[in-house]
Amino acid sequence: MTYEELLKELVDKDERFMILTAENRAAIRNLPNQIGDRFIDTGITEQTMIGVAAGLALRGRIPVTHALASFLTMRAFEFIRTDVGIADLPVKLVGGFSGFLSEANGPTHQAIEDVSIMRGIPNVNVFCPADEDDMMIGLRKVLESPKPFYIRYNNLKTDYKHSSEFEIGKAEIVSEGKDVTILVYGILFKQAIEAKEFLEKKGKSVGLINLRTLKPIDEEAILNAAKNSKLLVTLEDHFITGGLYSIVAEIFLKNKIMCDVLPIALMDKWFKPALMKDVLEYEGFTGDKIAERVNKFIKFESL
Amino acid sequence: MDKKKLTELKETAFRVREHIIRMSSDGGCFIGASLSCADLIVYLYKEFLNVNKDNLNDPNRDYLFLSKGHDVPALYGTFAEIGFIEKDRLKNHLKTNDFIYWHPNRNIPGIEFHSGSLGHSLSVAIGVAIDCKMKKQENKVVVILGDGELDEGSIWEAALVAGAKKLDNLIAVVDRNHFQANIETEKLIPLNPIADKFEAFGWKVRTCDGHDFKDMGKAFSNFPIEEGKPSIVIAETKRGKGLPSIEARADRWFVNFTGDEVEMLLKELHGGAESKLTSGTIVAR
Repeated sequence: MTYEELLKELVDKDERFMILTAENRAAIRNLPNQIGDRFIDTGITEQTMIGVAAGLALRGRIPVTHALASFLTMRAFEFIRTDVGIADLPVKLVGGFSGFLSEANGPTHQAIEDVSIMRGIPNVNVFCPADEDDMMIGLRKVLESPKPFYIRYNNLKTDYKHSSEFEIGKAEIVSEGKDVTILVYGILFKQAIEAKEFLEKKGKSVGLINLRTLKPIDEEAILNAAKNSKLLVTLEDHFITGGLYSIVAEIFLKNKIMCDVLPIALMDKWFKPALMKDVLEYEGFTGDKIAERVNKFIKFESL
Repeated sequence: MDKKKLTELKETAFRVREHIIRMSSDGGCFIGASLSCADLIVYLYKEFLNVNKDNLNDPNRDYLFLSKGHDVPALYGTFAEIGFIEKDRLKNHLKTNDFIYWHPNRNIPGIEFHSGSLGHSLSVAIGVAIDCKMKKQENKVVVILGDGELDEGSIWEAALVAGAKKLDNLIAVVDRNHFQANIETEKLIPLNPIADKFEAFGWKVRTCDGHDFKDMGKAFSNFPIEEGKPSIVIAETKRGKGLPSIEARADRWFVNFTGDEVEMLLKELHGGAESKLTSGTIVAR
């Protein structure tokens, strides 16, 4: 089932669902003709779209809003925080082209602080699926949840067959490993799998956890990995501040534990605008480069 | 409008002003803006809106959003007068045992949505208006905007969208008291001509004297003004209306008066001499 097919099904069977966009139709091109007045395009007005969504939610609707992740989470930030967050309304915020998905658009379009700022709003949850399959497995529960949710839309395809069991706040444990466990969310799942294979070829025992929702976070899965692996890697197409690395730090402080953590993230800088393949290469996020960084860290730490 | 009704409206508004004055002590309130829209709010709840304490959750009720927010004492006072809340509750102003604070919130029966951050409620009201239309309900959706608030870009974004979506069940009301927080609107960012601006965005405009109930009676009848278009009523008002010592004084925006000053102001409201106020305006808001 595609993203659009699921939205169509939800709109048809549940009168609460409304589909909104601030004139970004990349993920929902076919819906306007299929769902009539249940589709609202407010024009290039991210703030107004969120206000309208809050108004619809006050009337009992579940608005699923769409815009580019950077403009949705930042232009409309105060509307999300004030109208959706304070009121705890079930508005769904679908951000397109987040992280590296903005490719060659340049820094204006790079949503690489979106997880940080969305999770910082009380009541707002965060879902970052690993690929299209993972997104479709989790989406129904996320959309039907009574909470506001920010969703890093991800329609990339991978060969990995995800567990069809999905629970909000539960990670998908791909593997467990004694030497290193890679914690990942979103599109870098594919590169995480490749890195895992590289490392395994070098004889390492490698765990891999696809976090799925970053808020609520699966604290237990992270604590288990910290206990059972010598090293944790946080892998994200996000600024180092406020994303997964910060989440892990928060969990460790809260539980008074310490372990080696290698953050692979964007270190306080925007990334080189280019096509995805070249971005990954240039910024050091390909499977082999990730594996190389992990190996270097292990060697350095064991000196 | 018959004489009896007129007297009743005037008396209610008078009592609402007394409530506002009492809330201007022990922490204070935004007295100027509250007094400028008190008559409007009394008129809308008593004469115009189909909303009462028994239908507050009925999806067919009319909605009112107070977008500028800091004039909420006028709303609290009105709600006490029309029975949405107990009059006694006003004594809880700014106390932690209640929710009667400087900006509106949904813990108070009758308040549809929180506000305080300017430029939000028009878009929220659009969402409500769209849903009412989809469900073929006849509700009116009213939003009170401050004139200073019209500086916000999100107002004009929402004004464009309301026009485009042909929301003729939406009525914006501008409390045109000619003041921003610290300065007269026309001296800072001139807003005139407001009517032409909204007309250009696809709205129909009426004007009225926001302190004259008869005039409001004329302005708030026969909606929509034009089918397929949102309506806006620009209500000419005076900040601090009812108290000459506050009226049109730029430095009487947020105030925190002493008990003696409150007594003086109540006398002034009843026709007494102009109050000699020594408490300055608290500007750090």
